[in-house]
Amino acid sequence: MLQKIYDWIDDRIDITPIWRDIADHEVPEHVNPAHHFSAFVYCFGGLTFFVVVIQILSGMFLTMYYVPDIENAWQSVYYLQTEVAHAQIVRGMHHWGASVVVVMLLLHTLRVFFQGAYKKPRELNWMVGVLIFFVILGLGFTGYLLPWDNKAYFATQVGLEIAEQVPFIGEALKTLLAGDATIVGAQTLTRFFAIHVFFLPGALFALLAIHFILIRRQGISGPL
Amino acid sequence: MSDEKRDISRRQFLNYTLTGVGGFMAAGLLISPVRMAIDPVLKSGEGGDFANVGLEVSEITSDPQRVDWTVDQVDGWYESEVNQTAWVYRNDDDEIVAFSPVCKHLGCFVSWEGNDDYPEEYFCPCHNGRYYKNGVNVPGTPPLQPLDVYEQEERDGMLFLGNIRPHEEA
Repeated sequence: MLQKIYDWIDDRIDITPIWRDIADHEVPEHVNPAHHFSAFVYCFGGLTFFVVVIQILSGMFLTMYYVPDIENAWQSVYYLQTEVAHAQIVRGMHHWGASVVVVMLLLHTLRVFFQGAYKKPRELNWMVGVLIFFVILGLGFTGYLLPWDNKAYFATQVGLEIAEQVPFIGEALKTLLAGDATIVGAQTLTRFFAIHVFFLPGALFALLAIHFILIRRQGISGPL
Repeated sequence: MSDEKRDISRRQFLNYTLTGVGGFMAAGLLISPVRMAIDPVLKSGEGGDFANVGLEVSEITSDPQRVDWTVDQVDGWYESEVNQTAWVYRNDDDEIVAFSPVCKHLGCFVSWEGNDDYPEEYFCPCHNGRYYKNGVNVPGTPPLQPLDVYEQEERDGMLFLGNIRPHEEA
Protein backbone atom coordinates (compact mmCIF):
# COMPACT_ATOMS: atom_id res chain seq x y z
CA MET A 1 0.00 0.00 0.00
CA LEU A 2 2.67 2.48 1.08
CA GLN A 3 4.82 1.34 -1.81
CA LYS A 4 1.91 1.97 -4.15
CA ILE A 5 1.41 5.47 -2.81
CA TYR A 6 5.13 6.12 -3.16
CA ASP A 7 5.17 4.79 -6.69
CA TRP A 8 2.11 6.83 -7.62
CA ILE A 9 3.83 10.02 -6.46
CA ASP A 10 7.25 9.04 -7.83
CA ASP A 11 5.64 8.31 -11.19
CA ARG A 12 4.43 11.86 -11.44
CA ILE A 13 7.12 13.99 -9.84
CA ASP A 14 10.18 11.72 -9.70
CA ILE A 15 11.01 12.18 -6.04
CA THR A 16 13.62 9.44 -5.78
CA PRO A 17 16.55 11.65 -6.81
CA ILE A 18 15.42 14.37 -4.40
CA TRP A 19 15.27 11.85 -1.61
CA ARG A 20 18.71 10.52 -2.63
CA ASP A 21 20.19 14.00 -2.50
CA ILE A 22 18.85 14.65 0.96
CA ALA A 23 19.36 11.38 2.77
CA ASP A 24 21.65 9.09 0.82
CA HIS A 25 25.23 10.14 1.40
CA GLU A 26 28.38 8.54 2.66
CA VAL A 27 29.45 8.97 6.27
CA PRO A 28 33.26 8.88 6.32
CA GLU A 29 34.85 6.36 8.64
CA HIS A 30 36.55 8.99 10.81
CA VAL A 31 33.23 10.54 11.85
CA ASN A 32 31.49 7.25 12.55
CA PRO A 33 31.52 6.30 16.25
CA ALA A 34 31.05 2.65 15.24
CA HIS A 35 34.60 2.71 13.86
CA HIS A 36 36.31 5.03 16.31
CA PHE A 37 34.42 5.65 19.49
CA SER A 38 36.11 9.03 19.91
CA ALA A 39 34.20 10.14 16.83
CA PHE A 40 31.22 10.76 19.13
CA VAL A 41 32.37 14.38 19.19
CA TYR A 42 30.95 14.65 15.67
CA CYS A 43 27.49 14.05 17.10
CA PHE A 44 27.17 17.33 18.94
CA GLY A 45 25.98 19.33 15.96
CA GLY A 46 23.31 16.77 15.18
CA LEU A 47 22.34 16.59 18.83
CA THR A 48 21.98 20.37 18.92
CA PHE A 49 19.62 20.16 15.97
CA PHE A 50 17.74 17.30 17.61
CA VAL A 51 17.14 19.34 20.75
CA VAL A 52 16.15 22.35 18.64
CA VAL A 53 13.48 20.17 17.02
CA ILE A 54 12.27 19.20 20.50
CA GLN A 55 12.12 22.88 21.42
CA ILE A 56 10.06 23.71 18.36
CA LEU A 57 7.60 20.88 18.93
CA SER A 58 7.19 21.43 22.67
CA GLY A 59 6.93 25.20 22.12
CA MET A 60 4.18 24.75 19.55
CA PHE A 61 2.13 22.85 22.07
CA LEU A 62 2.82 25.30 24.89
CA THR A 63 1.26 28.12 22.86
CA MET A 64 -2.04 26.23 22.98
CA TYR A 65 -2.33 27.36 26.60
CA TYR A 66 0.00 30.32 27.00
CA VAL A 67 -1.20 33.94 26.62
CA PRO A 68 1.31 36.80 26.33
CA ASP A 69 -0.66 39.19 28.52
CA ILE A 70 0.57 40.51 31.85
CA GLU A 71 -2.73 39.78 33.60
CA ASN A 72 -2.90 36.19 32.43
CA ALA A 73 0.56 35.00 31.43
CA TRP A 74 1.57 33.67 34.81
CA GLN A 75 -1.90 32.24 35.40
CA SER A 76 -1.85 30.42 32.09
CA VAL A 77 1.53 28.87 32.85
CA TYR A 78 0.34 27.93 36.33
CA TYR A 79 -2.78 26.41 34.87
CA LEU A 80 -0.94 24.26 32.37
CA GLN A 81 1.57 23.23 35.01
CA THR A 82 -1.07 22.13 37.49
CA GLU A 83 -4.27 21.32 35.62
CA VAL A 84 -3.37 20.08 32.15
CA ALA A 85 -2.39 16.42 31.83
CA HIS A 86 1.24 16.00 30.70
CA ALA A 87 1.69 19.75 30.19
CA GLN A 88 4.22 19.73 33.02
CA ILE A 89 6.27 17.30 30.97
CA VAL A 90 6.03 19.37 27.81
CA ARG A 91 6.97 22.56 29.63
CA GLY A 92 9.74 20.65 31.36
CA MET A 93 11.10 19.59 27.98
CA HIS A 94 11.01 23.19 26.78
CA HIS A 95 12.52 24.55 29.99
CA TRP A 96 15.40 22.10 30.31
CA GLY A 97 15.84 21.76 26.58
CA ALA A 98 16.63 25.46 26.40
CA SER A 99 19.72 24.85 28.52
CA VAL A 100 20.61 21.63 26.75
CA VAL A 101 20.60 23.41 23.38
CA VAL A 102 23.15 25.90 24.64
CA VAL A 103 25.33 23.17 26.14
CA MET A 104 25.26 21.08 22.96
CA LEU A 105 25.91 24.16 20.87
CA LEU A 106 28.97 24.97 22.96
CA LEU A 107 30.29 21.40 22.72
CA HIS A 108 29.76 21.47 18.95
CA THR A 109 31.58 24.81 18.77
CA LEU A 110 34.47 23.48 20.86
CA ARG A 111 34.81 20.43 18.61
CA VAL A 112 34.89 22.56 15.48
CA PHE A 113 37.33 24.95 17.12
CA PHE A 114 39.82 22.43 18.46
CA GLN A 115 39.76 20.33 15.30
CA GLY A 116 40.34 23.46 13.26
CA ALA A 117 37.36 22.47 11.13
CA TYR A 118 36.45 26.15 10.70
CA LYS A 119 39.50 26.77 8.50
CA LYS A 120 39.40 27.43 4.80
CA PRO A 121 37.17 26.64 2.97
CA ARG A 122 34.70 26.43 5.86
CA GLU A 123 35.01 29.95 7.31
CA LEU A 124 31.57 30.94 6.01
CA ASN A 125 29.92 28.10 7.82
CA TRP A 126 31.68 29.10 11.03
CA MET A 127 30.24 32.60 10.66
CA VAL A 128 26.76 31.22 10.04
CA GLY A 129 27.27 29.06 13.13
CA VAL A 130 28.15 32.09 15.23
CA LEU A 131 24.94 33.77 14.05
CA ILE A 132 23.00 30.66 15.02
CA PHE A 133 24.63 30.87 18.44
CA PHE A 134 23.41 34.47 18.86
CA VAL A 135 19.90 33.54 17.71
CA ILE A 136 19.80 30.69 20.24
CA LEU A 137 20.92 33.02 23.02
CA GLY A 138 18.23 35.48 21.89
CA LEU A 139 15.64 32.73 22.08
CA GLY A 140 16.80 31.91 25.59
CA PHE A 141 16.66 35.56 26.65
CA THR A 142 13.22 36.26 25.22
CA GLY A 143 11.77 32.96 26.40
CA TYR A 144 12.92 33.58 29.94
CA LEU A 145 10.48 36.49 30.36
CA LEU A 146 7.39 34.67 29.18
CA PRO A 147 6.35 32.94 32.46
CA TRP A 148 6.09 36.49 33.87
CA ASP A 149 7.20 35.62 37.39
CA ASN A 150 9.64 37.58 39.53
CA LYS A 151 12.71 35.81 38.24
CA ALA A 152 11.64 36.39 34.65
CA TYR A 153 10.85 40.05 35.26
CA PHE A 154 14.09 40.96 36.96
CA ALA A 155 16.25 38.88 34.63
CA THR A 156 14.75 40.86 31.76
CA GLN A 157 15.29 44.09 33.66
CA VAL A 158 18.98 43.24 33.94
CA GLY A 159 19.18 42.08 30.33
CA LEU A 160 17.64 45.31 29.09
CA GLU A 161 20.06 47.35 31.17
CA ILE A 162 22.91 45.42 29.57
CA ALA A 163 21.50 46.28 26.14
CA GLU A 164 21.34 49.91 27.26
CA GLN A 165 25.12 49.93 27.72
CA VAL A 166 25.71 49.65 23.98
CA PRO A 167 27.42 52.88 22.86
CA PHE A 168 25.25 55.49 21.10
CA ILE A 169 22.26 53.27 20.25
CA GLY A 170 21.88 51.67 23.69
CA GLU A 171 18.80 53.57 24.81
CA ALA A 172 17.02 53.18 21.49
CA LEU A 173 17.91 49.49 21.49
CA LYS A 174 16.45 49.05 24.96
CA THR A 175 13.24 50.83 23.96
CA LEU A 176 13.03 48.79 20.79
CA LEU A 177 13.32 45.56 22.79
CA ALA A 178 11.09 46.57 25.70
CA GLY A 179 8.46 48.54 23.77
CA ASP A 180 8.74 51.36 26.31
CA ALA A 181 11.56 53.60 27.46
CA THR A 182 11.16 52.91 31.17
CA ILE A 183 8.52 50.26 31.79
CA VAL A 184 9.02 46.52 31.57
CA GLY A 185 5.39 45.66 31.12
CA ALA A 186 2.54 44.76 28.82
CA GLN A 187 4.31 45.86 25.66
CA THR A 188 7.54 44.15 26.66
CA LEU A 189 5.78 40.83 27.11
CA THR A 190 4.01 40.92 23.74
CA ARG A 191 7.23 41.97 22.02
CA PHE A 192 9.29 39.25 23.62
CA PHE A 193 6.60 36.73 22.75
CA ALA A 194 6.58 37.80 19.11
CA ILE A 195 10.37 37.74 18.94
CA HIS A 196 10.55 34.38 20.70
CA VAL A 197 7.87 32.64 18.69
CA PHE A 198 8.10 34.19 15.21
CA PHE A 199 11.10 36.39 14.48
CA LEU A 200 13.96 34.38 15.95
CA PRO A 201 12.66 30.96 14.88
CA GLY A 202 12.30 32.37 11.35
CA ALA A 203 15.90 33.56 11.43
CA LEU A 204 16.97 30.26 12.96
CA PHE A 205 15.38 28.18 10.19
CA ALA A 206 17.03 30.27 7.49
CA LEU A 207 20.44 30.05 9.15
CA LEU A 208 20.12 26.31 9.81
CA ALA A 209 19.23 25.76 6.16
CA ILE A 210 22.36 27.62 5.08
CA HIS A 211 24.42 25.75 7.69
CA PHE A 212 23.30 22.34 6.42
CA ILE A 213 23.48 23.20 2.73
CA LEU A 214 27.05 24.36 3.22
CA ILE A 215 27.94 21.12 4.99
CA ARG A 216 26.53 19.07 2.13
CA ARG A 217 28.30 21.22 -0.39
CA GLN A 218 31.70 21.17 1.30
CA GLY A 219 31.55 17.79 2.99
CA ILE A 220 32.78 16.99 6.48
CA SER A 221 36.33 18.09 7.20
CA GLY A 222 38.94 15.35 6.97
CA PRO A 223 40.46 13.37 9.86
CA LEU A 224 43.02 15.07 12.08
CA MET B 1 18.88 49.24 -36.63
CA SER B 2 22.31 50.30 -35.45
CA ASP B 3 23.42 48.21 -32.54
CA GLU B 4 26.28 50.49 -31.60
CA LYS B 5 23.98 53.24 -30.39
CA ARG B 6 22.11 50.94 -28.09
CA ASP B 7 24.03 51.22 -24.80
CA ILE B 8 21.45 49.20 -22.95
CA SER B 9 20.25 45.84 -24.08
CA ARG B 10 16.69 44.61 -23.99
CA ARG B 11 17.71 42.08 -21.36
CA GLN B 12 19.38 44.70 -19.18
CA PHE B 13 16.41 47.00 -19.47
CA LEU B 14 14.07 44.25 -18.33
CA ASN B 15 16.42 43.37 -15.49
CA TYR B 16 16.54 46.93 -14.25
CA THR B 17 12.79 47.37 -14.57
CA LEU B 18 11.96 44.18 -12.76
CA THR B 19 14.49 44.88 -10.01
CA GLY B 20 13.08 48.37 -9.60
CA VAL B 21 9.49 47.20 -9.49
CA GLY B 22 10.43 44.40 -7.13
CA GLY B 23 12.25 46.85 -4.90
CA PHE B 24 9.23 49.13 -4.75
CA MET B 25 6.97 46.21 -3.93
CA ALA B 26 9.30 44.98 -1.19
CA ALA B 27 9.60 48.48 0.25
CA GLY B 28 5.84 48.99 0.10
CA LEU B 29 5.35 45.71 1.87
CA LEU B 30 7.95 46.36 4.55
CA ILE B 31 7.52 50.04 5.36
CA SER B 32 4.46 49.70 7.58
CA PRO B 33 5.60 46.65 9.57
CA VAL B 34 9.01 48.22 10.21
CA ARG B 35 7.52 51.55 11.23
CA MET B 36 5.17 49.68 13.52
CA ALA B 37 8.01 47.78 15.15
CA ILE B 38 10.12 50.86 15.86
CA ASP B 39 7.22 53.02 17.00
CA PRO B 40 8.17 52.93 20.71
CA VAL B 41 11.60 54.35 19.87
CA LEU B 42 10.19 57.24 17.84
CA LYS B 43 7.30 58.07 20.15
CA SER B 44 8.12 61.29 21.94
CA GLY B 45 8.43 60.83 25.66
CA GLU B 46 5.37 62.30 27.32
CA GLY B 47 7.69 64.52 29.31
CA GLY B 48 7.87 64.70 33.07
CA ASP B 49 4.45 64.58 34.55
CA PHE B 50 4.81 66.00 38.02
CA ALA B 51 2.84 64.38 40.81
CA ASN B 52 1.80 65.79 44.15
CA VAL B 53 3.57 63.71 46.76
CA GLY B 54 1.47 65.06 49.61
CA LEU B 55 4.22 66.89 51.42
CA GLU B 56 4.16 70.57 52.23
CA VAL B 57 7.36 72.32 51.26
CA SER B 58 7.45 74.02 54.63
CA GLU B 59 7.69 70.62 56.29
CA ILE B 60 10.91 69.75 54.50
CA THR B 61 13.86 70.02 56.85
CA SER B 62 17.54 69.28 56.62
CA ASP B 63 16.69 65.81 57.89
CA PRO B 64 15.87 63.47 54.98
CA GLN B 65 12.35 62.14 55.23
CA ARG B 66 10.69 59.41 53.25
CA VAL B 67 7.71 60.23 51.06
CA ASP B 68 5.51 57.67 49.33
CA TRP B 69 3.01 58.47 46.62
CA THR B 70 1.39 56.82 43.62
CA VAL B 71 1.51 57.76 39.97
CA ASP B 72 -0.80 56.65 37.18
CA GLN B 73 1.38 54.65 34.85
CA VAL B 74 0.28 54.12 31.28
CA ASP B 75 1.90 51.13 29.63
CA GLY B 76 0.39 51.01 26.16
CA TRP B 77 -3.15 49.74 26.74
CA TYR B 78 -2.50 48.93 30.38
CA GLU B 79 -3.02 51.59 33.02
CA SER B 80 -2.05 51.05 36.61
CA GLU B 81 -1.09 52.85 39.77
CA VAL B 82 2.53 52.53 40.73
CA ASN B 83 4.00 53.24 44.13
CA GLN B 84 6.94 55.61 44.27
CA THR B 85 9.27 56.54 47.07
CA ALA B 86 11.74 59.36 47.59
CA TRP B 87 14.02 60.68 50.32
CA VAL B 88 13.49 64.45 50.55
CA TYR B 89 15.56 67.02 52.42
CA ARG B 90 16.82 70.56 52.26
CA ASN B 91 20.53 70.81 51.48
CA ASP B 92 23.04 73.34 52.80
CA ASP B 93 22.16 75.79 50.00
CA ASP B 94 18.51 75.63 51.14
CA GLU B 95 17.53 73.73 47.98
CA ILE B 96 15.06 70.87 48.10
CA VAL B 97 16.55 67.59 46.94
CA ALA B 98 14.60 64.35 46.41
CA PHE B 99 16.63 61.18 46.01
CA SER B 100 15.46 58.00 44.39
CA PRO B 101 15.84 55.21 46.95
CA VAL B 102 17.12 52.76 44.35
CA CYS B 103 20.68 51.74 45.16
CA LYS B 104 23.06 52.30 42.25
CA HIS B 105 24.76 49.00 42.97
CA LEU B 106 22.10 46.37 42.30
CA GLY B 107 18.83 48.22 42.74
CA CYS B 108 17.76 47.53 46.32
CA PHE B 109 16.08 50.22 48.43
CA VAL B 110 18.31 52.44 50.55
CA SER B 111 17.18 54.01 53.82
CA TRP B 112 18.38 57.11 55.60
CA GLU B 113 20.29 55.96 58.67
CA GLY B 114 19.22 52.44 57.80
CA ASN B 115 22.05 51.06 59.90
CA ASP B 116 22.93 52.21 63.41
CA ASP B 117 26.63 51.84 62.65
CA TYR B 118 26.46 54.49 59.94
CA PRO B 119 24.64 57.58 61.21
CA GLU B 120 24.05 60.48 58.82
CA GLU B 121 24.30 58.17 55.81
CA TYR B 122 22.00 56.28 53.45
CA PHE B 123 22.40 52.56 53.87
CA CYS B 124 21.57 49.71 51.53
CA PRO B 125 20.99 46.41 53.38
CA CYS B 126 21.84 44.16 50.45
CA HIS B 127 25.59 44.67 50.22
CA ASN B 128 26.22 47.43 52.77
CA GLY B 129 26.25 50.17 50.15
CA ARG B 130 26.38 53.64 51.69
CA TYR B 131 25.79 57.22 50.54
CA TYR B 132 26.53 60.53 52.20
CA LYS B 133 23.71 62.90 53.00
CA ASN B 134 24.21 64.66 49.64
CA GLY B 135 23.58 61.38 47.84
CA VAL B 136 27.18 60.76 46.85
CA ASN B 137 28.30 57.18 47.25
CA VAL B 138 30.81 56.45 50.01
CA PRO B 139 34.05 55.35 48.35
CA GLY B 140 34.93 51.76 49.06
CA THR B 141 31.31 50.61 49.30
CA PRO B 142 29.65 48.72 46.42
CA PRO B 143 27.77 51.53 44.63
CA LEU B 144 29.80 53.37 42.01
CA GLN B 145 27.47 56.33 41.40
CA PRO B 146 25.50 58.79 43.52
CA LEU B 147 21.78 58.27 44.09
CA ASP B 148 19.53 59.46 41.26
CA VAL B 149 17.43 62.56 41.93
CA TYR B 150 13.81 63.37 41.11
CA GLU B 151 13.00 66.48 39.17
CA GLN B 152 11.02 68.59 41.57
CA GLU B 153 8.99 71.75 41.75
CA GLU B 154 6.79 73.60 44.18
CA ARG B 155 3.13 74.33 43.49
CA ASP B 156 0.91 76.04 46.03
CA GLY B 157 3.29 75.15 48.81
CA MET B 158 3.21 71.45 47.98
CA LEU B 159 6.10 69.35 46.68
CA PHE B 160 5.69 67.87 43.21
CA LEU B 161 8.11 65.25 41.93
CA GLY B 162 8.67 64.19 38.32
CA ASN B 163 11.16 62.12 36.39
CA ILE B 164 14.27 60.48 37.79
CA ARG B 165 17.56 61.70 36.43
CA PRO B 166 21.21 61.10 37.30
CA HIS B 167 22.83 63.03 40.11
CA GLU B 168 24.64 66.09 38.77
CA GLU B 169 27.60 66.06 41.12
CA ALA B 170 28.70 62.73 39.70
